[in-house]
Amino acid sequence: MSNASSARKPPRVGDQPLFRRLLIGIVLVVGALLILAPLIVIGVEAFSEGWRVYASTLADPDTRHAIFLTVVTALIAVPINTVFGIAAAWAITKFDFPGRRFLLVVIEIPFSISPIVAGVAYLFVYGLQGFFGPLLEVYDIKILFALPGIILASMFVTAPFVARELIPLMQAQGRDLEESATSLGASGWRTFFSVTLPNIKWALLYGVVLCNARVMGEFGAVSVVSGNIRGQTNTLPLHIELLYHDYQAAGAFASASILAVIAVFTIIAKVALERQGAGRVRRPALSTPAVPAVEPKP
Amino acid sequence: MRRNVLPGLSLSLGVTLFYVGLIVVLPLAALIIKAASLGPVDYWSIISSSRAVASYRVTVLSALGATAFNLVFGLALAWVLTRYRFPGWRLIDAMVDLPFALPTAVAGISLTALFANNGWFGSVLSEFGIKVAYTPLGIMVAMCFTSLPFIVRTVQPVLEDLDPALEEAAQSLGGSDWTIFRKVIFPLLTPALLAGLSLSFARSLGEFGAIIFIAGNQPMSTEITALLVFIRLEEYDYQAAAAIASVLLITAFVMLAVTNLLQARALRYTARS
Amino acid sequence: MKIRLDHVVKTFNTFRAVRDVSLEIESGELVALLGPSGSGKTTILRMVAGLEFADGGHIYFGDQDATDIPVRDRGVGFVFQHYALFPHMTVQENIAFGMKVSKVKREKAAIAARVVELLRLVRLEGLGDRFPAQISGGQRQRVALARALAVDPKVLLLDEPFGALDAAVRRDLRRWLREIHDELGITTLFVTHDQEEALDLADRVVILNEGQIVQQGTPEQVCRDPKSAFVTRFLGDANRLSAEVRGGVAYADGAAIAAEGVANGAAEIYARPGDLDWSAAGPGISASVTRVLDRPGGRRVIAVTAAGEHVEFDVEPELAVRAGDQGFVTLRRAQVFTAS
Repeated sequence: MSNASSARKPPRVGDQPLFRRLLIGIVLVVGALLILAPLIVIGVEAFSEGWRVYASTLADPDTRHAIFLTVVTALIAVPINTVFGIAAAWAITKFDFPGRRFLLVVIEIPFSISPIVAGVAYLFVYGLQGFFGPLLEVYDIKILFALPGIILASMFVTAPFVARELIPLMQAQGRDLEESATSLGASGWRTFFSVTLPNIKWALLYGVVLCNARVMGEFGAVSVVSGNIRGQTNTLPLHIELLYHDYQAAGAFASASILAVIAVFTIIAKVALERQGAGRVRRPALSTPAVPAVEPKP
Repeated sequence: MRRNVLPGLSLSLGVTLFYVGLIVVLPLAALIIKAASLGPVDYWSIISSSRAVASYRVTVLSALGATAFNLVFGLALAWVLTRYRFPGWRLIDAMVDLPFALPTAVAGISLTALFANNGWFGSVLSEFGIKVAYTPLGIMVAMCFTSLPFIVRTVQPVLEDLDPALEEAAQSLGGSDWTIFRKVIFPLLTPALLAGLSLSFARSLGEFGAIIFIAGNQPMSTEITALLVFIRLEEYDYQAAAAIASVLLITAFVMLAVTNLLQARALRYTARS
Repeated sequence: MKIRLDHVVKTFNTFRAVRDVSLEIESGELVALLGPSGSGKTTILRMVAGLEFADGGHIYFGDQDATDIPVRDRGVGFVFQHYALFPHMTVQENIAFGMKVSKVKREKAAIAARVVELLRLVRLEGLGDRFPAQISGGQRQRVALARALAVDPKVLLLDEPFGALDAAVRRDLRRWLREIHDELGITTLFVTHDQEEALDLADRVVILNEGQIVQQGTPEQVCRDPKSAFVTRFLGDANRLSAEVRGGVAYADGAAIAAEGVANGAAEIYARPGDLDWSAAGPGISASVTRVLDRPGGRRVIAVTAAGEHVEFDVEPELAVRAGDQGFVTLRRAQVFTAS
């Protein structure tokens, strides 16, 4: 009677075939409608007026400048953010100091805050209305409505990205390796590069990839601080808005397709890095305690 | 406190504090100071103006709707991705992150294209008299999209790490599937769900790029709070922008605090006596 | 409830975890499944519980074929290795869980009364409001047992019940589990890799290796009459000496042991450290002492025979012996098996 397959497993919770099929079906359909369709429609709309319009949009000097500006912003903001993320993770996980938990919360703040609020906040630091505005005006330093403002706003919204990948991982790894390396006489930098970095490289890269995607795609905060000057301070997402409101839908979607391709590559990179073990050690949010899934074992 | 034998505390902490101070704390402090400089009467009249209140209402209601949808769908998605293996599950698992990876402006225009009256979905829905684009429903759709991954990605790892013996124990005690889900699995997911809910709700409250394209942006009906801030800026009414932005900021802080509190409560059973 | 396993087989992918196991457990018996890791003992226990389904063969509860009955309908109480207490429920709620979710409706007051009774049985009165994280390992173990007993199971199954506890707690709980069993008279099957635990606790010990039963019997039977070299080695320290069997006698260098029924040819003699004697003058197996270990209860000598084989044996603490001494070992009691 029961000599059939070796795959005979007693049913787990939710294993009834009907329920299972129904749930998979619902998830697939809703997933296709809500996630896949928006991606597909970008491609369809981008070529809705033919290859020619697509190519000419991308060849347009304003589009090319927007791409250039987006890349430059990422090239500056991402490395700075990475250095900060490493420094923050090192300080928080390798040392005990008062206010550690509070610092964790502060680093995570940008996650919960509207990018518009971030943009407005920067106006009140560097704008004419703000702290440093008058001073900057005197020395003719342009921060707002120029590249520095765009970079600063991008750094705000992505501040937690690298740190939050590294902190849980480095917390889990503890301090033993570093302590034994220094006890063997290695310098701090040597310890970091030959002991710490090899263990966190995939998580670091993971954070960098996600940070880069957000920097290149940031809209709200950059929209406030850039001034939207076509051909000068328009990043690619802002350029999309401009074309869209100019009734150049095909052009907007053509520009959007570049960002969509970057998004797809980001996801591919993310999956590849997860195969290397990145993104595994994770807490729902840094500021909250780790959630134990199982009873703590004695 | 344990002794610190590792080098680099002053450098790493210095860099961290400088960066956090300059990039995060300084601008937020500037915003709060600006809003506070208004004085209570002006401040109150700005943030309680009917247009502002209407924007809170549509933002909060849409965010609640989107979060409720994501609670159900996100939980279902996390469950399917951890419990069931079917052709293409890896692809679905990867696609869950698309809303994070896709720039919000891109999501905004593509959702608008889908749900506009002549779009793929809009044309079908208008047959039934349902309008999504340029209505509060559109705002909700955009929020659903941008905040979808939060609940999936917070619940999924907890579900994966759930000790199978707990479920087996409940089965051996005679519990039905539904009882076991309700009394054992769901309570153990609660802390993660709370974290996901709060992130999802916060993101929805603050979302801008994906919404402005699909929302219609009519004052009093489809104008979200973040957009109102933006409009006040364009009108050079910096004080009003600061005041309304401060409402968003304070809401975010309150939510962070409430979430932490709720989570601590939900996890109180893990505390040793 | 009597349990019968009839030619049960279980394979995981290509690993044959359980190969053709037949076993009967009498009603009210306390039986240990003893074996090294990977011997299939836990798999057998889980199949009896219904947490795994057998690929072949049948499992009977009484006269009923229970092979394909899922765990929730099988009426077994299962105590998991790490207890699997619900971390978000108090001790009381854990114990009451089975009664609350059961198809048999119970009055609230009846459930509460039963919880109090069980807390008394497992001696945890006053800890009912604690969460599992707030009690000790031994206490969690008892909560797990109370929870399993709460639903009046026909059979009690325990997976390495004392595995996660330290030695002192282990010994106490072992005695106590025996008392509970004697009081309730419930058919009980438990899995362990610790021979002392199995011999201490069980009416009958079933010894498993590589998915098969290699021997079963009362503790006395398996200890006094091990049927194979594996069982002898697994049940405790044993010296192994190479020998040759000719006509029912095993000959080693300086020793001859009766070996009825063992085939002629190369063989192995097994003898417990307590079954060896040491004398300075022969006869016996010539050996030289390499180390002497002193313990509170006696003195253990490690020596190497002329043939280069290590032997360990116990001597009186007063006996003067030290490393480098030459002497002779005689065997008071030994088992002989054909060489593997």
